[in-house]
Amino acid sequence: MADLLTIKNLRIEATAYPPGEAPKHLVLVDDVSVSVQKGRVLGLIGESGAGKSTIGLAALSFGRGGVRLTGGQVLLNGRDIRTADASGLRALRGREVTYVAQSAAAAFNPAKRLMTQVIETCLLHKLMTKEQAEARAVELFAKLGLPDPETFGRRYPHQVSGGQLQRAMTAMALCPKPDLVIFDEPTTALDVTTQIDVLAAIKEAIRDTGVAAIYITHDLAVVAQVADDILVLRHGKAVEYGATDQIISAPVQDYTQALVSVRSIDHAEKTDAKPILRAQGITARYRGTDFDVLQDITVDVAAGQTLAIVGESGSGKSTLARVITGLLPARAGQITFDGRTLSPDLATRSKDDLRQVQMIYQMADTAMNPRQTVGTIIGRPLEFYFGLKGEAKRARVQDLLDQIEMGAGFENRYPAELSGGQKQRVCIARALAAKPKLILCDEVTSALDPLVADGILKLLLNLQAQEGVAYLFITHDLATVKAIADKIAVMYRGKVVRYGQKSDVLAPPFDDYTDLLLSSVPEMKTGWLEGVLKTRKMESAGN
Amino acid sequence: MRIPLSALIGLVMTGLFVLSALFAPWIAPYPIDAAVGQVWEGPSQQYWLGTDTIGRDILSRLIYGGSVTIFVALVSSLLSFGMGAFFGFLAATRGGWIDTGLSRVVDLMMAVPSLIVALVVLSVLPLNLTVLILVMGVLDSTRVFRLSRAVAADIAVMDYVEAAKLRGERQGWIIFREILPNAMSPLVAEFGMRFIFAVLFISTLSFLGLGIQPPLSDWGGMVRENKDGLVYGKAAALMPALAIAVLAISVNLVADWILQRTSSLKGGRGG
Repeated sequence: MADLLTIKNLRIEATAYPPGEAPKHLVLVDDVSVSVQKGRVLGLIGESGAGKSTIGLAALSFGRGGVRLTGGQVLLNGRDIRTADASGLRALRGREVTYVAQSAAAAFNPAKRLMTQVIETCLLHKLMTKEQAEARAVELFAKLGLPDPETFGRRYPHQVSGGQLQRAMTAMALCPKPDLVIFDEPTTALDVTTQIDVLAAIKEAIRDTGVAAIYITHDLAVVAQVADDILVLRHGKAVEYGATDQIISAPVQDYTQALVSVRSIDHAEKTDAKPILRAQGITARYRGTDFDVLQDITVDVAAGQTLAIVGESGSGKSTLARVITGLLPARAGQITFDGRTLSPDLATRSKDDLRQVQMIYQMADTAMNPRQTVGTIIGRPLEFYFGLKGEAKRARVQDLLDQIEMGAGFENRYPAELSGGQKQRVCIARALAAKPKLILCDEVTSALDPLVADGILKLLLNLQAQEGVAYLFITHDLATVKAIADKIAVMYRGKVVRYGQKSDVLAPPFDDYTDLLLSSVPEMKTGWLEGVLKTRKMESAGN
Repeated sequence: MRIPLSALIGLVMTGLFVLSALFAPWIAPYPIDAAVGQVWEGPSQQYWLGTDTIGRDILSRLIYGGSVTIFVALVSSLLSFGMGAFFGFLAATRGGWIDTGLSRVVDLMMAVPSLIVALVVLSVLPLNLTVLILVMGVLDSTRVFRLSRAVAADIAVMDYVEAAKLRGERQGWIIFREILPNAMSPLVAEFGMRFIFAVLFISTLSFLGLGIQPPLSDWGGMVRENKDGLVYGKAAALMPALAIAVLAISVNLVADWILQRTSSLKGGRGG
């Protein structure tokens, strides 16, 4: 059977215009060949910047923001669409190939009802009448497991949850009966418990409609559930291309092996020690609301150990960190640090109390002032807390840079001149500079590629061993938890539903929510998805 | 570093204005208030831009007047930026009743056209340079307040500002070291605009007779003195107007260039 889509020696280029510098010529994708047969699913996987989305969009013969498809062939149903003219492309986009974007919330027009948007393509291409299109949309809503399929389309985008919106977009893509659908990280922005339902719905819809698909993601475990073949990309080049089973169980290339074996950090749990921080009966709400975001939270962080706070978005994890730092004074309860009670409000804490509790943020980009050099960023706590100046400060900054494994030559750089992993390392150094006893880590690895995140976790563990600093580690990712935690608190809707040593929390019997959370983490084996959906005890909440 | 042509023109022109303002007594060919020629003479070898309503050399008066106009406009815009930016940043970082209080006061001041406020205030207070600069600076600072509050409100919610607060930094550090460097680009662009508005404002006041008082002269006052000449086809009143226009364009050419340079993410060292 002939291939539906064949990409041959594709080359994609772009020109960057950094302000004040000569334009830079970039090759985004170089010599990539891949093909998709009818009814098959191709997984594209790689780190950010690997060219996944760029190749995905090339299947629509589209280059985002000045990106040009400069070489090779993109054959769709036997025609080369790379060189097709605008009217030819208009005829095929939305008819033969459709696209599902990562952020459904940003992709829907908030001012129009869902139905109008879902059937828009069908009407535009005059594929069916309005009645036929609506009937098909309702059918797809039902297939994708959306509630009240008959009336679902009458809602506005803000009236449905993130997971539902993502499925509505899948319905939109499937509505015109395309030959090929491009899924661009459709579940990445979703909670792990929601992701599993959306993933199942997408998989079922692909199977039932017999459509071919390209599924783009950075999560190998996710793509293993839906794809028949996988193409591993790195720096715009194909690393390995093969059947899913082969990639997962017998990868040939070193890079693929690293991807498969990622999160292999083995962290033996330490025995419980004297707590450095005790939060007792914390209840908190945001100003102007009448809802307690945190309800009666009691947790301890042992000195020199890690307490991981796990939960999905909206569970109150980050709010707990805000209460501990004093940014959001608690309504009830008290925080004891090193034997003394911490004032609930930041403004009334002593300088030494502030020094002892440091924070590392999820987005290293926004956590550093773009107008300050690395030297200033790390040096300021030294100057502020310890009065270090001149040569002494510079020497200590270099010590810290060595500690975060970055070495010499970074002091005078600006954050924009660092990679994502380096930025997060500088943030860690800034926190360490204060010589704290406790560091709050708020999703510090979530925005990083898996291999880079792994490096950060190893660094954090090393620093804990050297400095004896305790971490309160907030994350939604259970693999990270397993790698770093000594103690775990599982949070759900503002309450701690399970709390204890890592070995106890991760051992059965589970309560319903922990079971759902644990079982929702994709595993790197095919057929995992179907297995989980059969055995789990609780439906996910937000779906 | 390459300076684009437009910025170069702006720099040279602005530089000429500033130099002639600074060294007015040495550059001006004639004294400021000596009637040296006939009434409303046209441009000639002797009087490059002609003479005015009582026979004074217009070029000399433009040079002297420029120093007054530029000085008043510069000091009052610096004042309005100092005040406006400080209170704007304060309102954005502190929020709560400080923000509400300051914003409502500013709303109140902006509700009345500033020219009318200025006319009322200046007709009550003694007319001298200090009062004039203070009135203009305070009135203009309301516009700067609005801008800097909006800019700073976006910056104040960034994690690095929160990190500074958690470190225990004082308000001064947060405003001047964390927020100000990141708010510079829009503020510099606004400064170019505000400076020119200040030039126009002082000229307007002088034209209405409530600005610079004789024996000092400024460009607005010169337009007023010579406006009757327009009826007879004399260009004397247009000369100071032309000077205002050229100054406005040159300052903004420079401001545009600075804006372009500082909006680079690398701390504004590129270009």
